[in-house]
Amino acid sequence: MEIFSHNSNVHFLGLRKVSIGIAILLMIASVALLATRGLNYGLDFTGGVSIETTYDKPVSVEDVRSALDKGGIENAVVQSVGGTRQVSIRFQPKDDSHYTVPEGKSPNLDLIVNDVAKALQAPRPDAKIAGKEFVGPQVGEQLRSDGVTAAIFVIIGIGVYLWIRFERRFAVAALATEVHDVLVTLGVISLVQREFDLTVLASVLAVIGYSINDKVVVFDRIRELFRSSRKADPEEVLNRSINSTLSRTIITSLFTSIAMAALYFFGGPTVHGFAITMLIGILVGTLSSIFVASPILLWLGVSKKDLMPVTKENPELARRP
Amino acid sequence: MSDFPRWKYFLVAVVLVLGTLYGLPNLYLPKPAVQVSATHNAVIDQALEQKVTAALQAAKIAYLDANIKHDVSRGDSILIGFANGDQQKAAADALKPVLGDDYTAAYNLQSTVPGWLSAIGGRPMPLGLDLQGGVRFLMAVDQNDVVDKQEIRYTQDITSLLKDKKIPFISVARDPVRGQGVNVVLDSAADRSTASDAIATEYTDLSVTDGANTGNRYILNASIKPNQLRLLATSAIRQNLATLSNRINALGVSEPVIQAQGEDHISVELAGVQDPAEAKKVIGATATLEYVAGLGDARDPAVQDAVKTGNVPPDAHLYYGRRGEPYLVSKSIIATGDELVDASSGNDQQTGSPSVNVTLNSAGAAKMLEFTRDNVGKPMAVVYVERVVDTKIVDGKEVRTPKTTYTVINYATINGVFSNKFQTTGLGSSKEASELALLLKGGSLAASMDIVQEGVIGPSLGQDNIDKGLKAVLLGLGLVLVAAAIYYKLFGLVADVALFFNLVILVAVMSMIGVTLTMPGIAGIVLTLGMAIDANVLICERVREELRNGSTPLAAIRAGYEKAWATILDANVTHLIAALALTTMGSGPIKGFGVTLLIGILTSMFTSVTVTHAITALIHHGRKLKTLSV
Repeated sequence: MEIFSHNSNVHFLGLRKVSIGIAILLMIASVALLATRGLNYGLDFTGGVSIETTYDKPVSVEDVRSALDKGGIENAVVQSVGGTRQVSIRFQPKDDSHYTVPEGKSPNLDLIVNDVAKALQAPRPDAKIAGKEFVGPQVGEQLRSDGVTAAIFVIIGIGVYLWIRFERRFAVAALATEVHDVLVTLGVISLVQREFDLTVLASVLAVIGYSINDKVVVFDRIRELFRSSRKADPEEVLNRSINSTLSRTIITSLFTSIAMAALYFFGGPTVHGFAITMLIGILVGTLSSIFVASPILLWLGVSKKDLMPVTKENPELARRP
Repeated sequence: MSDFPRWKYFLVAVVLVLGTLYGLPNLYLPKPAVQVSATHNAVIDQALEQKVTAALQAAKIAYLDANIKHDVSRGDSILIGFANGDQQKAAADALKPVLGDDYTAAYNLQSTVPGWLSAIGGRPMPLGLDLQGGVRFLMAVDQNDVVDKQEIRYTQDITSLLKDKKIPFISVARDPVRGQGVNVVLDSAADRSTASDAIATEYTDLSVTDGANTGNRYILNASIKPNQLRLLATSAIRQNLATLSNRINALGVSEPVIQAQGEDHISVELAGVQDPAEAKKVIGATATLEYVAGLGDARDPAVQDAVKTGNVPPDAHLYYGRRGEPYLVSKSIIATGDELVDASSGNDQQTGSPSVNVTLNSAGAAKMLEFTRDNVGKPMAVVYVERVVDTKIVDGKEVRTPKTTYTVINYATINGVFSNKFQTTGLGSSKEASELALLLKGGSLAASMDIVQEGVIGPSLGQDNIDKGLKAVLLGLGLVLVAAAIYYKLFGLVADVALFFNLVILVAVMSMIGVTLTMPGIAGIVLTLGMAIDANVLICERVREELRNGSTPLAAIRAGYEKAWATILDANVTHLIAALALTTMGSGPIKGFGVTLLIGILTSMFTSVTVTHAITALIHHGRKLKTLSV
């Protein structure tokens, strides 16, 4: 079975002004979104208290919220997780001496949870606390800086590898596209205000790995075609490379998406964020492999002679007249 | 002839067999169990086992089996298996009053892996807290506290040093700024230089500098050397880790995970525990030591009499040792743990037998000197005092009930007069010596800790996660398998076999290394499966291309694998770099995901390329082919 015609020859590079223009627009829009709306940071990053509650009978988020308001717990974020009988409640505990144990600086989770349980059980005695978590504010800061360090490590590591295995221009093109992919993925997460927690951060870093994989496959073909063709017009070589790897690019994305969709639909609420981020990243990464990476390469002026295997100069030949 | 060398067939066969073998233990689900262990080296024997089983029968709780487990590092315990979690909970509740304070009954899981499989080292992946339920704490060690403790100690020590050396001084006080050391004010330049020399020779960890002089006030500053300060910080973390491990082991929790995270954090994971209050109580316990005169040990008739009748002499306490042996010790305290500066294990220089070297501060040394002068040849005991505050919430208010336990950790005869430095010898083994040193030093935390993160995951939530995770893995795998078979026909089926083995080998490697399986880890497995097929897509597309270019089927296979390999390698190395970065991220869920991804990329390179090549070569070898099913 074949979905894509093997002799497809779409002139992708002809669209390069349009595609790069769209890519830049998307990046600007993403940066603007991140700057104005920002990310909806999860408990891991903001710190605070998170309580998982289960009900025997279905409950609406509004009911839970009003029960909390009546119980004196303000500004709580209530989300339903996996069906109508499980909700997650998140809030910043007030800096109240009532909650702080004398000898410690952190609030006492048990006391807080006790209050929440009382507030919830007043109207609904079937409410049960299934899990509770407290995160101190300094933990999130550490994580954020760790995340940035990891991302920089990935970018430099991949850049160095591509520089050695391919050539400087390939490394630059791959990294530029990579920045685009990460920004746009983060932009989409910011747009839909999906909670940005640790697993989403892991997923964003995995998107970097996935999308670089895609680019390397196309680059590999470019290198191969440059080396094998006698008269190598860069634009034509790049275009042929994209076309001949097109089927693989899309099929692999499809297969990975299938696996991620299974994770999204069956893996439960803890991995929702992970799966959806991965799906967004796969889409963005696939499109940028086809439309963005190669035009950048072309503009950087890649040519046949940059990619020929380095042959040792023969001193014998040099001496001859 | 086949292009696939015979040794590679052999390698593939061996890896597949080993992978299946070591992946297998994960299919045996552990059953709920209750673990009974001793808190203070109380005896675990057949009699106790009978007592436990009798108590269960009396409470009409059905159990599957009860066995004594011998464990050198964590002490013996009795493990009782149950058919379900309800019985386990009922049993733990029923056993607690029967066992009393000397034993703990904790939730545990009992492996059901057959003996032959565990004999060759097969074990299932440990489950993370999100899959098993339990409590997690993240604690920040207060590094300022370390500095405070040291500077206060040096303030006292320098004061008594100057007094001893008869160097007149106006005052000795800590600098108001933390970390700036101790300021000594003297009234002449000559005194200052003698004091400077005395401090520098006595305390090599201090750097001594002359400060300003106003009128007849000559200031001398002694601060802890920066590298020494760093050393103190790391040793504080180590000591806190050791102290916590000791205390949590006493809690009887099965397999607690206590590890340093970053420079000043300690994370504690207690699987199976549902009530963090109990754990917090133990973590927050304060312990100290008391050096007291010994009045008699178990051989002494007075002690035997006190145990039997309960009549303890008015000037004495009846305490028990770590093995449950009784001692009578004096009520008057010679020195306390606050006065202990250091304790380290080593070997006695004369006899070579294991020993513990103890250093006291000046105040403790003075009292010790006075006591030992009059009591050579008499016994001295070290009592470990632990204060635990039990916090319960009654009617929304905290009710705190403190509880103190006393344990005699050492009982020895005084061989000579000593003051600030002395040695305890006559210990059974170097292990015992290091244990005693740890107890002496680890009595209290080196620096105070604050709980900065706390999480409780209910057991039902854990089971729910396992079910959903398993479903996601199987469905993700199934769908990819079907899609590959439809799109690439026979080559797709071969890739499917390889993908299945990829899952098996990935699980086997994770089990062998002992990677803890968490929900993000499961996400990593699904992602790995989704991406592992990429190598096969690359190969199949290449083979199709070669066929279109007019190659014969066998040549197409050969060229397909050869040309795809370079691409697969480049793509996977870049991906590996990304996975490596993920593993460096702390110890939380991201690390679990990164480790899974890292292992998955490596195993998938093997299965997608070598295993499929072996199968393809096996199918097509020696046949006259006109077409390929790809």
